[in-house]
Amino acid sequence: MLALSLKNLTKTYKNGVQALKGIDLEVEEGDFFALLGPNGAGKTTAIGIVTSLVNKSVGQVEVFGHDADTALEAAKSCIGLVPQEINFNQFESVETIVVNQAGFYGVPRKLARERAERYLKQLQLWDKRRAVARSLSGGMKRRLMIARALMHEPRMLILDEPTAGVDIEIRRSMWEFLRDINDRGTTIILTTHYLEEAENLCRHVAIIDHGRIIERDRMSNVIRKLQTEIFVFNLRSAVATAPVLPGYAVKLTDDRTFEIEVDREQNLNDIFAQLSAQGMEVLSMRNKVNRLEDFFMKLVEGSAAASATAAPTAATEPGRSGRCPVNH
Amino acid sequence: MTTAPRPPLDLGATRRVGFRTILIREFGRIMRIWGQTVLPPAVTATLYFIIFGSLIGRRIGEMGGFDYMQYIAPGLIMMSVITNSYGNVVSSFFGAKFSKHIEELMVSPLPSWLIVIGYICGGVLRGLIVGAVVTAVALFFTRLSVHHVLIILSSVILTATVFSLGGFINAIYARNFDQISWFPTYILAPLTYLGGVFYSVSLLPAWAEKLSYANPILYMVNAFRYGFLGSSDVPIGVAYAIMLAFAAVLFTVAVMLLNRGVGIRE
Repeated sequence: MLALSLKNLTKTYKNGVQALKGIDLEVEEGDFFALLGPNGAGKTTAIGIVTSLVNKSVGQVEVFGHDADTALEAAKSCIGLVPQEINFNQFESVETIVVNQAGFYGVPRKLARERAERYLKQLQLWDKRRAVARSLSGGMKRRLMIARALMHEPRMLILDEPTAGVDIEIRRSMWEFLRDINDRGTTIILTTHYLEEAENLCRHVAIIDHGRIIERDRMSNVIRKLQTEIFVFNLRSAVATAPVLPGYAVKLTDDRTFEIEVDREQNLNDIFAQLSAQGMEVLSMRNKVNRLEDFFMKLVEGSAAASATAAPTAATEPGRSGRCPVNH
Repeated sequence: MTTAPRPPLDLGATRRVGFRTILIREFGRIMRIWGQTVLPPAVTATLYFIIFGSLIGRRIGEMGGFDYMQYIAPGLIMMSVITNSYGNVVSSFFGAKFSKHIEELMVSPLPSWLIVIGYICGGVLRGLIVGAVVTAVALFFTRLSVHHVLIILSSVILTATVFSLGGFINAIYARNFDQISWFPTYILAPLTYLGGVFYSVSLLPAWAEKLSYANPILYMVNAFRYGFLGSSDVPIGVAYAIMLAFAAVLFTVAVMLLNRGVGIRE
């Protein structure tokens, strides 16, 4: 069953900005799905429309088969939202915030208190349950929003940059928590600027840019699509010029460091053999950038170039974004 | 959290619990900041009773056939109800917009009309609490007879509803804190003071008396006063018709605006 289906979703703001240009997207039930894109790409607008915080211009939204136009209440009851910005009453206590949120979804108060205890304990906030929300640290506020979103035990959890500004230790514990609830059946849609996070957690990914979906595939397929990787080599001795390695692009960054772009078809043994033959001793080697980040940048740069040359009418042509196939 | 099939959404139960939760939250807010919500009207009412009732009132003597203190008490109670029911909803809803926690309700499955009713009941609740406090203060200064208890209760609830709805609509359109104080300061306060709280409109020159009948607050104050004294400057039936009409129109407008997400979502 599809947890989320977006068809020709379009949003034009009053100031004329077209944030979404007819996107089509499907997310399977139980998936851990990454929605990536640069700032202003349309991610938050898309999430806003799905969660009723933004009015759509055109298009259709279905959540677990409930059409948001005809069965809005049923659709909303399936979703839990962790927004990008802090949006709870900072003068209320932690427990009050989560218990009230459960009430807005029809969870009786007694059951809401039981769930509050469970989720606040799981997210290490139980000791702070009587604290006023504004007194929490940034990481605690993020975790409070996750606890709040889970109070009605939604079938789909949407997290809009949940780990922004959170230290690595807390971030990793949040990853474990999200993996756990996903394993228990909750569909998760995640937007993040930490591409490593998406690569670690998500099974499928869609990349959105300039209001269009420019890539939609399994995460493993996306990673596989990377044709080249850049490796950074550190030498024991200084060199005046970059080593000449036939078949490889080599760039000297300082007298002991150079980068080599290696194609998927090529192998590192050959590089080491050539370096040894030239009397160069490699002390260490590492990947230059995160793989997904590399792919993401190539896609976004390509999309920006395409947008710059595209005819203006193409931007609003219905169904154009449907080019991206849904692969499962 | 399991993948097992779930029962379909029970709309009735969801709405009942949701409504109760909004009310609990609003009541919690009124009590949490009681120094801003309950205490100031009591202090203001005490000053009014001392100055207008005891000091100036003695020199005025009677108004409409009643002791002046008795005459103004219902008006002062109603004035507090109007100010506080309006103020509660405008500040609570605008505060929720400003700090974005209105999104907690906007993403929930509660329909717009229920959210409006929840906030309005919060405003009525504060109006009634403050009305009760000011009545208690009034009893220190004068004796309040009860002519018709149902008229007292229905008129105060209807008036609080009308002004809570007014506060809600003001909060929807307001973009900053100045815009939530503009209407109460420049429209609501003059209409209230000129709405027969302190005097009978029959004392006014003919043109001013006629003009006063265009002021809806005059009807509300007089209906409430009728419940205590059995005397009114306006027909009670007309007063109820006006209150009901205002409540119906403002409720429809408020729900329509919230449905469209005016001032909240683009």
